[in-house]
Amino acid sequence: MADTPAKPVKNPRIPMPEQDPKVRARNFLEVPTGYTHKMAQDEAARCLQCKKPACVQGCPVGVDIPGFINLIAEGEMTKAIRHLWTMNALPAVCGRVCPQEIQCEGLCVVGKKGEPVAIGNLERYCADYERAHGTGELPPKAAPTGKKVAVVGSGPSGLTVAGDLIVRGHDVTIYEAFHKAGGVLVYGIPEFRLPKEIVAQEINFLERLGVKLICNAVVGRTVSLDELFDEGYDAIYVGVGAGLPRFMNIPGENLVGILSANEYLTRANLMKAYKFPDVDTPIPMGKKVVVLGAGNVAMDAARTAMRLGADNVKIVYRRSREEMPARAAEIHHAEEEGIEMFLLTNPTTYLGNDKGRLTGMVCLRMELGEPDDSGRRRPVPIKGSEFEIECDLCIVAVGSGANPLLTSETPDMRLNKWGYIIAEEKTGKTTKKGVWAGGDIVTGAATVILAMGAGRQAATSMHDYLMLGW
Amino acid sequence: MFKIVKREEMAEGTVILNEIEAPAIARKAKPGQFVILKANEDGERIPLTMAETDKAKGTITIIYMVVGKSTALFRDLKVGDSYQDVIGPLGKPTHLEKKGKVICIGGGTGVAVLHPITRAMKEIGNEVTCIIGARTKDLLILEKQMKEASHDLRVCTDDGSYGHHGFVTEVMKEVLEQGDIKEVVAIGPVPMMAAVCRITREYDVPTLVSLNPIMVDGTGMCGGCRVSVGGETKFACVDGPEFDGHKVDFDELWLRLQAYLEDEKKCHKEYCNLHKVQ
Ligand SMILES: Cc1cc2nc3c(=O)[nH]c(=O)nc-3n(C[C@H](O)[C@H](O)[C@H](O)COP(=O)(O)OP(=O)(O)OC[C@H]3O[C@@H](n4cnc5c(N)ncnc54)[C@H](O)[C@@H]3O)c2cc1C
Ligand SMILES: Cc1cc2nc3c(=O)[nH]c(=O)nc-3n(C[C@H](O)[C@H](O)[C@H](O)COP(=O)(O)OP(=O)(O)OC[C@H]3O[C@@H](n4cnc5c(N)ncnc54)[C@H](O)[C@@H]3O)c2cc1C
Ligand code: SF4
Ligand code: SF4
Ligand code: FES
Repeated sequence: MADTPAKPVKNPRIPMPEQDPKVRARNFLEVPTGYTHKMAQDEAARCLQCKKPACVQGCPVGVDIPGFINLIAEGEMTKAIRHLWTMNALPAVCGRVCPQEIQCEGLCVVGKKGEPVAIGNLERYCADYERAHGTGELPPKAAPTGKKVAVVGSGPSGLTVAGDLIVRGHDVTIYEAFHKAGGVLVYGIPEFRLPKEIVAQEINFLERLGVKLICNAVVGRTVSLDELFDEGYDAIYVGVGAGLPRFMNIPGENLVGILSANEYLTRANLMKAYKFPDVDTPIPMGKKVVVLGAGNVAMDAARTAMRLGADNVKIVYRRSREEMPARAAEIHHAEEEGIEMFLLTNPTTYLGNDKGRLTGMVCLRMELGEPDDSGRRRPVPIKGSEFEIECDLCIVAVGSGANPLLTSETPDMRLNKWGYIIAEEKTGKTTKKGVWAGGDIVTGAATVILAMGAGRQAATSMHDYLMLGW
Repeated sequence: MFKIVKREEMAEGTVILNEIEAPAIARKAKPGQFVILKANEDGERIPLTMAETDKAKGTITIIYMVVGKSTALFRDLKVGDSYQDVIGPLGKPTHLEKKGKVICIGGGTGVAVLHPITRAMKEIGNEVTCIIGARTKDLLILEKQMKEASHDLRVCTDDGSYGHHGFVTEVMKEVLEQGDIKEVVAIGPVPMMAAVCRITREYDVPTLVSLNPIMVDGTGMCGGCRVSVGGETKFACVDGPEFDGHKVDFDELWLRLQAYLEDEKKCHKEYCNLHKVQ
């Protein structure tokens, strides 16, 4: 894509220091421990500062990658983070969780001959540096406009909208159904991948800017969108995430010991059940664990189960390694931690005992056939290939759907046939006047950066609406 | 924070009533809906039905049986203390309809859940026979309130210390025998609801039950509360908690309720030990 020639690069990519797999497989501390200043500068020096940077094309929000990397190389850390913030409100999060290998780093020209520049690691370094050394100075805020905005849901998408609109002078209140803000960043993604302290600081930052946060508010139940308008809000952003667990719909699925990944990870992360009985919420401590699915959610569940003391953890996935949707780094980390991959395998029945507890499952071997709608080769069962896997805990991580709690209470907002909100692609406008939507509730389960990108676009459109009219 | 403005003990201190300031919830709550409460930072999210709501005062009332660690922690909260989190109203409200003669039958703390439904049933013009029971006289709750909420109150105790000597189901059978009962609402321990449904099925009387599976979020996000109803999986927190009792798989519900029993016992014991030491 870029016409900059790939110059031979002498220096190899600086590896991210990590906890030893054997040690970390039993603790909840963050796995990659972060670059030192020298490592960051050495890595920054590997960037060729392309005139037409290919990497930027791969970033859904178009972060000026050579720009911020150059500032790191020059040691201008404060400028580097300020520059990043203009395009990405949560660099500490994105640096850690973006699927860089298929986004920015996937297109980096240095990657053609060797390993790409570690853009994610550098982004993370900037944000971590700011948290450790920054003055915590707040960005300037525009004069109050007198307009009130409600943001429903405090995931990455809602947080982005709140941040963008508060600095433009609007009065912003976030409504969150859970008792803690952060969305998937607090209830889904585990501590060892994204320390909750980071999310808490980001939310604290928004609160210091003046954003009001109302937790325990289930919009659709505690209050409806129309009631929010009655309370005087001029515009509303809906960023409620996907939040409906999908199950396999095979016999035995209600046995004790079968949980959705949402339940398992919520118990572990949001409720801190890994500290039970020091906290009050229990979590099943499986010894032989199976996780169904191969996305980020599945990897997170599998690695959590290992940390909770499982003897063995198996990922069971009906397609092959190539189709596994998880970030490359997570698959690599999971395997290092001893998680086994049962690929081209699909469960057909759960097995239980007379106490209604899971004891195992029957699986079929699969082979890859013709490509399906998604362009991936369709897995087809091999006749007569049934075999049993013994397990006492199964975590179902085969995707999620649109939670209807809010949308079913908002009949004048149109949905697509899967129940996701229909919103204009460029603006996030829904079919209900004064209501915008974005993130997973529009696109289906996607990524943090896409949810944030949708939030940013909607915030711009909302600002125009508030200042100029629809 | 959600302040406790009133606290009462019932049934020899095994059942507690809390009236809590929660204006946003009180404004919207309807009979049959529940809230999820969390006492403090490390607390568990516990679902409890609203036994009463006062829109004018902006309060909700919960009545709960002390069965484990979390309810023991709730018991130890005094007037003026607060719950850190209260979320609601959750679940579908009771589908209320004027049908004629109905029976509202409750056992244990199920009576608390039954009370607002019974009252609403009467208010819309049904002729309500209410049957409540407890193990023994001192464990009976809300007798006076249930009398007011219904046309005819029958009381049972397992040990015969008060009212009919025996189970609520025996009295229900007598009332069903008189005929013309259009609906039964049964709320209580799982074995009681299962027994009621076995009988009403024989008499072909539609029966509504309120299920209490283990919950986490209460918004349909986790699937922990799944129950089998008519061979289909439902999420009790959003599809219920009330279902057609003749279709509910009570055996499965009973087994699923035991999921964390061993863990919960350990946690509760530690809490009790700690409190004896202090
Ligand atoms: C376990 C897990 C791991 C993941 N790993 C990665 C990764 O490594 N990289 C990556 O890029 N993406 C990852 N994702 C995906 C990513 O987290 C999501 O795409 C992203 O969080 C979507 O953001 P959102 O703001 O749309 O919604 P969410 O983050 O889902 O937030 C929605 C919020 O709205 C609240 N809410 C819901 N309904 C209501 C209501 N009625 N009223 C009020 N509030 C409500 C919810 O409680 C929640 O807090 C992962 C997801 C999961 C579950
Ligand atoms: C919709 C709904 C409404 C309810 N209304 C009432 C009510 O009005 N009054 C009342 O006394 N009880 C009610 N319950 C039951 C109440 O939630 C449980 O008794 C309580 O959670 C027990 O918690 P514990 O820690 O004290 O006991 P534990 O020692 O944790 O458990 C005792 C038993 O309670 C059940 N339980 C445990 N955790 C949960 C949980 N998170 N959700 C549901 N059940 C659980 C389990 O069967 C467990 O074996 C209701 C339950 C539901 C789902
Ligand atoms: S936001 Fe994500 S995709 Fe964009 S540059 Fe940063 S890590 Fe890469
Ligand atoms: S990160 Fe890679 S593609 Fe981007 S500017 Fe640097 S060398 Fe070029
Ligand atoms: S409690 Fe989580 S889906 Fe019902």
